[in-house]
Amino acid sequence: MAETTAESAVKRPAPPLARRSVRVVLLNWFRELPLVPVIVLLMIGGAIVNPVFFTSSNLIDVATGGAALGMVVVAESLILLTGKFDISLQGTFGLAPLLGAWLIAPAASEGLGTEWNPWIGLVVVLLVGVAVGTFNGFLVVKANFNAFIFTLAMSILLTGLQLGWLGGKTVYHLPQVFIYLGSESWFGIPVQFWITGAAFVVAELFLRYHRAGRAIYAIGGNLEAARAAGIKVDRIRITVFMVASVLAAVAGLMQAGRVTAVTAGQGTNLIFSVFAAAVIGGVSLDGGRGRMIGALTGVILLSLVTNILTLSQISSTWIDAVDGAIILVALGLARFIGTERA
Amino acid sequence: MEQNSPRGAERQLPVGEALAVYKAFGETRALIDVSLEVRASECHGLVGRNGAGKSTLVTLLTGLSRPDRGTIRLGERSAPNLADRSAWLARVACVYQKSMVVPPLTVAENVFLNRPTTANGPLINWRRMREQAHQVMLEWGFDVDVDQAAGALTVEQRQVVEIARALSIGGRFLILDEPTASLEKAAIKRLFERVRRMREGGVGVLYISHHLEEIFEICDRVSVLRDGELVLSGNVRDISQENLVAAMVGSAPPRRASEIEAVQTRGAYGEELLEVSNLSVTSRAGSVENVSISLRAGECLGLVGLDGSGSATVADAVIGLIKPQSGTIRVGGKPVPPGKVDAMLHRGVGYVPQDRHARGFAPQLGVGENLTLTVLDRISPGILGLVSFDARDKIAQEQVNKLQIVTSSLDQPVSKLSGGNQQKVVVGRAMAQEPSVLVVVNPTVGVDVASKEILLDAVGRARDEGMAVLLVSDDFEDLRICTRLQVMVRGRISRAFDQPPWDRQQLISAVEGLDEEEQAGHG
Repeated sequence: MAETTAESAVKRPAPPLARRSVRVVLLNWFRELPLVPVIVLLMIGGAIVNPVFFTSSNLIDVATGGAALGMVVVAESLILLTGKFDISLQGTFGLAPLLGAWLIAPAASEGLGTEWNPWIGLVVVLLVGVAVGTFNGFLVVKANFNAFIFTLAMSILLTGLQLGWLGGKTVYHLPQVFIYLGSESWFGIPVQFWITGAAFVVAELFLRYHRAGRAIYAIGGNLEAARAAGIKVDRIRITVFMVASVLAAVAGLMQAGRVTAVTAGQGTNLIFSVFAAAVIGGVSLDGGRGRMIGALTGVILLSLVTNILTLSQISSTWIDAVDGAIILVALGLARFIGTERA
Repeated sequence: MEQNSPRGAERQLPVGEALAVYKAFGETRALIDVSLEVRASECHGLVGRNGAGKSTLVTLLTGLSRPDRGTIRLGERSAPNLADRSAWLARVACVYQKSMVVPPLTVAENVFLNRPTTANGPLINWRRMREQAHQVMLEWGFDVDVDQAAGALTVEQRQVVEIARALSIGGRFLILDEPTASLEKAAIKRLFERVRRMREGGVGVLYISHHLEEIFEICDRVSVLRDGELVLSGNVRDISQENLVAAMVGSAPPRRASEIEAVQTRGAYGEELLEVSNLSVTSRAGSVENVSISLRAGECLGLVGLDGSGSATVADAVIGLIKPQSGTIRVGGKPVPPGKVDAMLHRGVGYVPQDRHARGFAPQLGVGENLTLTVLDRISPGILGLVSFDARDKIAQEQVNKLQIVTSSLDQPVSKLSGGNQQKVVVGRAMAQEPSVLVVVNPTVGVDVASKEILLDAVGRARDEGMAVLLVSDDFEDLRICTRLQVMVRGRISRAFDQPPWDRQQLISAVEGLDEEEQAGHG
């Protein structure tokens, strides 16, 4: 399009655009990733609290523990960037693997008894994600239901279905194909860690270098301006809801594979950690601001805190309170360092 | 496209045209067979009072709606299909008063919003995007750093970003909708510089403004809309200011006799109830510089000004919604703390806000409850603070009768009333407080004719009974209850009219910001 500009405008030589200096780039990184120093401090603290912290088996534990959470954080961050949110991702996280497992597990281990091919079970997991995401997307975006109350109701419904279906029991004895993502390792590192890592990288690159990714930022930043620029606002927002639900379903599958079973309570209360990780990682609840790499630092921070609290001899009944206090401190730090962002 | 003499606009091809377009909304005819043409390398002014049809014409020219009759042509071709947004965007762009930048994104991204940087691929080439955005800025002489976040820009810079966006798409037809409304003097100068540069570059600009002196400064041709009809169109240098104003106002007598005539009785007024001295306020809605006002019992002062002139800001500052930078406000001789609404209401100042939906009433509450929101202390005596429903209904019923509010009962939610009756509730709420000073902002916007009369009569009666009224309005029909007027232009009181009846033409000239010297000897 630059050709059209040049032909009619008053021509004059353009001095080259100044390259941004290394210092400015580094400073911007620091502002955008205010949690990095906090994470470094936590790791030092962890090493002091318990020498077990820096063993490879413990670090792999941290990574595995954070993988499913991280996947849902990718999903929620995508929706948050468009200026909406979805609480029912935790419902999808539980219900999608449950339905898949139920159809393939033998009756003896609380399955339906149909014992379908496990591959079909995997397809069912993804389909549940697509279905819930489409439903949420249409009703929140097109019918203009309030995202908070609508997806809260959906979350209660999905979790309730999960509980009602199983009557509080657990589906176990799942075939290898179904639990592969959550139980196997590549190069000594759990598969789910690779998958979640890939999800973060792909999402970050997509958001930065794809037109649709930039459109997501524009929609969250100024809906009217995005619409006036010809962006298909509704279509993108609904698609984001769908993709996010599918990611949540995959995350649920990883979680089920890790414990080789689907419990009636899988996913309960997960969404609070998801929001906490995304927000302390710099993703704005108002939309349009934040990066995947920032959300990743939020996930790492929460996973480390959980791990260190477990390693330290803090009474388990106090862990939640300490957890909450540390999230508050992290929020304060993020606001303090990243003044321009937060 | 080479054009060495920008003043040779007469021979240029049109970049945008409306041919006998007609558009009606229900009974209202918004545009009646209007033809208008904007040529390359010209700045074409479009003026007209509020409701003359300017915004409707803009929606037609930008493809946001379709004319009932007539055609729109863009750059010698017929207009694209309404659904094809990108085709419209490539040929015409409008910079509205409302900012259309995306604050979290950089300037470069805002310029290239939803457009490919490489040959139609879906991937973004950031380096190219920054370079191209920078290139656009240089070509047109705009001075904005493309790596900055748009959220950190000033109003002027945001406008530049939007202009750059339009120009970089390749559009050669640009509509500026009241571009100077929220700009400082120096920024306006720079805007004119940009407009001239665009004109030299072959761009055709449709320049909409309320400020006629701007039209004379920057435009080559001007068109005037009045009540949906094109009443005048021609070269600016052939048209005098008097003719332009006359075209806007029309030579026909006012629609109703009461429209412009004001109260004739001018007895001795009472004591001074409201005194505003040297008020200065910075506000996005129109800053105010050094404004002083004095208001006596039984007086109604009309503060007249366009959007952004600062007249509404004065009202907001007086009532305490905005904290002024400097200046004092006295009620009944005593200074009041600035920026405190509750303190003002407590001193007996009533307030009818501009936007009734945002500040006027609680829509789900009943008529009775809304009418008595300002007098809760009077209807809930004793230390328990329990509301007496009898007392509430008595006060509410009195206002319902006075203002002839049409409601099924005092319990009917205000959201179920018509616009006129909603506004009566807002006015009634202020009156129920029996204030000594009433601050009223645009009380009759969006109100039917009958309700308008009732509202104005009610305020007029209260004035006769000794209330001091500060009426902020740009609707001349409202001014009939005023005893004197002060006109605000760009944050200052530019002119005063002390004796009704008002000369409509003089008043409009003053409001539109024409030089006072031109209009010797005011009433």
